Amino acid sequence: MIKIKNLSKKFGSTLSLDDVSIEFHQNDSIALMGANGAGKTTLIRSILGYYHPNTGSVLVNGLDPIKERQEVLKNISFVPQLPPPIKLSIDELIDYIEGSANVKREQILHYANEMKLDIQFNMHKSFFKLSGGMKQKLLIAIALAGESNIIIFDEPTANLDPKARDDFYRLLDRKQNNKILLFVTHRLEEVEALVNREIYMDFGKVVSDEKI
Amino acid sequence: MKNLWLIAYLDLKESIRAKWFLVYSLVFGGLIALFFIVGVTESQVMGFSGLSRLLLMYIQITIIILPIFILITTVRSISGDRDNHILEYMLSFPISLKQYYWGKVIGRFITVYLPVVFAMLIAIIYGAIKGAEIPWAIFFLYTGLLFALSSAFLGIAFFISSFVKSSEVALGIAFFIWIFLLAFIDIALIALMMQQRFNEELIIGIALMNPMEIFRVAAISLFDPELTVMGPVAFYILDTISQMFFVLLSIVYPVLVGLLFAFLGFRIFTKKDLV
Ligand SMILES: Nc1ncnc2c1ncn2[C@@H]1O[C@H](COP(=O)(O)OP(=O)(O)OP(=O)(O)O)[C@@H](O)[C@H]1O
Ligand SMILES: [Mg+2]
Repeated sequence: MIKIKNLSKKFGSTLSLDDVSIEFHQNDSIALMGANGAGKTTLIRSILGYYHPNTGSVLVNGLDPIKERQEVLKNISFVPQLPPPIKLSIDELIDYIEGSANVKREQILHYANEMKLDIQFNMHKSFFKLSGGMKQKLLIAIALAGESNIIIFDEPTANLDPKARDDFYRLLDRKQNNKILLFVTHRLEEVEALVNREIYMDFGKVVSDEKI
Repeated sequence: MKNLWLIAYLDLKESIRAKWFLVYSLVFGGLIALFFIVGVTESQVMGFSGLSRLLLMYIQITIIILPIFILITTVRSISGDRDNHILEYMLSFPISLKQYYWGKVIGRFITVYLPVVFAMLIAIIYGAIKGAEIPWAIFFLYTGLLFALSSAFLGIAFFISSFVKSSEVALGIAFFIWIFLLAFIDIALIALMMQQRFNEELIIGIALMNPMEIFRVAAISLFDPELTVMGPVAFYILDTISQMFFVLLSIVYPVLVGLLFAFLGFRIFTKKDLV
């Protein structure tokens, strides 16, 4: 469970999160929406413990994601908005993930395969040399391979072709049980079948929160 | 612990593939090769000859260019990863910040230290094959000095990397620090000395706070103190302090400076927003 209380975060003079209070529970599948710059990514990064809030607090399963980052992050899988230009080869990246998180290589390969990503062929290629869609597929495969009960996607389908999107939602549908699933998306119709809660943000505030 | 080495290992592999590393290794290897080609080992100028002379020339050049190399390649390591969102992804895994940061430090240290020592080793081996006498004392002293020099500037570079907002600023700061330590302090001190308002001990004490100055003096400390190449500071120091003590100081002090800055960098890294 994720509990956010009176959370505010300022960057210089922009107030990116303005007194946000919200809770996410098990079996919540959330579509998080809102205009560009509304504060969605900032909210997600606060859950991951990257930001020191100006006021308020974030608790993930009762723990502070900054002070107990390892405990908290063991339960979270995350796919960022843009695949970063990581220079490690895929093989090395998987080494890093196996070493630092409880994710098995076979599982990553399995999900990469399900996402129609030919990973064996690219194993020694630098991650940043993959195409945009391939990068995203790999990051999705890694997120799905983890056994975490919180899965956070910051617009994961931006670079995917329609076929890959279908694969992604199909795989996700199977994983959904007893988890918290948090999507940032600009296309509600895509995730409509998957989500049971819709949240809109604007100017750093939650402006609507509906269960459906 | 395991993760610390994993991160160091991955950073090392990544660096070795990078273009800057190639240039870096070529510069130091090339320097040695150049010395042999122009016949430094055969010359007999100013009292020392053969490999000693080669090593001395090597370290004098290295003292100048190694710091700027280390600074410009390392200063962007953390700030660069932050800029292009690599940190955002890599730190989403349950790895401790301590292991991440110090793993990067260790990986970088190996990357910058090994090529400079390796170049020296090649010189020794090649010299031995050609039948030159090997100055072991100098070789070990320089290995230690390069270790200390690398630590000091790596620590400073990580410190800068932890707080700067953008890579460009990091580069600017790095360049300033290099020039400052390389020349400005000396010029300022010489000016003070000429005014004769402060006593020599004080001025030389200040000069020695600068790791670059320590290296310069330590690099020639094993040679005869009567040599004219040494300059006033070196002469004074080697005349006053015992050689053993000074050699130890010249290695321990910069390592401590490096650790101190690296540690400060770590504190800032954990206290600030991560991405
Ligand atoms: N590290 C940062 N430094 C300065 N300002 C920031 C930083 N991160 C976010 N902001 C600002 O905070 C506001 C919210 O940004 P955020 O990235 O959370 O928006 P978003 O809802 O994810 O938008 P998008 O749909 O475009 O991804 C923006 O005005 C942005 O400029
Ligand atoms: Mg965003």
